[in-house]
Amino acid sequence: MLPILKVDNLSKTYHDMDGSVTAVLDVSFEVKDKEFISIVGPSGCGKSTILSILSNLETKSSGKITFSKENCLLGYMLQKDSLFPWRTILDNCLIGLEINGKLNAKSKQRVINLLNAYGLKDFIDKYPDSLSGGMRQRVALIRTLAIDPDILLLDEPFSALDYQTRLALSDDVYKIIKQEGKTAIMVTHDLAEAISLSDRIIVLTKRPSCVKKIYDIKLTDKSTPIHNRQCKEFSIYYDKIWRDLDVHL
Amino acid sequence: MSIYNSEHEKFLKKRKRDKRIICFFQIAIIVVFLIGWELLARTKLINTFLTSSPSNVIMTIIKLHSTHELYNHIFVTVYETFLSFSIATIIGLVVATILWWFPKLAKILDPYLTIINSLPKVALGPLIIIWVGASINSIIFMALLISTIITIINIYNGFMATESNFITLLKSFKALKRQIFFKAVVPSNRLTFVNCLKINISMSLIGVIMGELLVSKQGLGYLIMYGSQVFNIDLVISSVFILGLVSYIMYYVISLIEKKLINK
Repeated sequence: MLPILKVDNLSKTYHDMDGSVTAVLDVSFEVKDKEFISIVGPSGCGKSTILSILSNLETKSSGKITFSKENCLLGYMLQKDSLFPWRTILDNCLIGLEINGKLNAKSKQRVINLLNAYGLKDFIDKYPDSLSGGMRQRVALIRTLAIDPDILLLDEPFSALDYQTRLALSDDVYKIIKQEGKTAIMVTHDLAEAISLSDRIIVLTKRPSCVKKIYDIKLTDKSTPIHNRQCKEFSIYYDKIWRDLDVHL
Repeated sequence: MSIYNSEHEKFLKKRKRDKRIICFFQIAIIVVFLIGWELLARTKLINTFLTSSPSNVIMTIIKLHSTHELYNHIFVTVYETFLSFSIATIIGLVVATILWWFPKLAKILDPYLTIINSLPKVALGPLIIIWVGASINSIIFMALLISTIITIINIYNGFMATESNFITLLKSFKALKRQIFFKAVVPSNRLTFVNCLKINISMSLIGVIMGELLVSKQGLGYLIMYGSQVFNIDLVISSVFILGLVSYIMYYVISLIEKKLINK
């Protein structure tokens, strides 16, 4: 299958008064259609930078990014939900469509259907402050899905939540992404999360980060993320990636 | 359940009693003050020529009321305040928006804004009179100087303090600058606007009274100045009292607007 996204020798250098820091160096990878890919690496290594560059929030220093189709639409889900407190849940989810000038009766109905389908039916007209952290993050995902993106970029989507909510929500989010048939690239520092959700994992080195290894995650009895944690290969992958990260305090 | 009820009743009773005590002392302070002042004046322990007395103040206000002079003065002061308040708010909003839109311009102008803001504007009074003339224009100009700069600075700071995640989010949808401004910056600064109105109304009134003290033929500031020049302390204190009342009412009106804006 042709990759939906191809990244070749991507580099990013930051400049400030004290000098230059290379955050990303010669990173290359491919993403296939409907694949779930995770990027893991030591903290502060520039994982999020890759997503920012892909979504055009930051410019790259060098390298090439190729999308298989023209006008490939990307949806970016940020670490913080950033729901606007003055907008209702529905209006929050519609903001992407509003900005792109694509808000109409049909697209609005699609968003309402998404909210209904994913357990937010009773909250459509409520304001964000009446929602729990897990629900807010689910709203943030639907806000991202509302513009019907080809690729979803997830920047540590669960890291602001408590452990139990994380587990439950990662199950939910995985289900939603698979049902909607989306391709996803997730940045995370949680190895267990990465292994349980992903088809492939890209391991980055310390700064300047380059690709250290790419793992195809093959689990016997692969099903939901929570269940995947019990597969016998899970701990083997965990152990390998942990060694790759080479963490020293 | 019954224990809870009796405890809750106790709690409510205590709250009520506390409220009554506070209210009692609030009234007591002013009553004692006024009676003391009146008694000292009647027994000639203080010189009413210098200190006036509550009964004299009341008589003066009644006299001002019966000659209809009072309302003209109040109207003039309120009108001037309202005018400079409105102009300052509009200028403040427009300039703050321009500064937000063009960060380089904001950086260039920053030292000048700081200097103008920290300069005591009264010092410019004589200059303003020479340049603008001894008319109502001078008063408005003075009030504008005082209220506009602080409005610009407050609103601009509010704009700049907009949650950066909100802006990043909109940028991830490829929002234009205009969309970022109207969809994130303006709505998240509702509280800033209201606080600005509050500060602005007080600043405008300060400016107007200062202007009226310097140059004018009408207004409460003029009444105070005139009273002091003819050594009519009754008139001065009456005017100050009315001014206090007027400024309280203006502030109250703004807080009504605030309630409406916040509840939306």
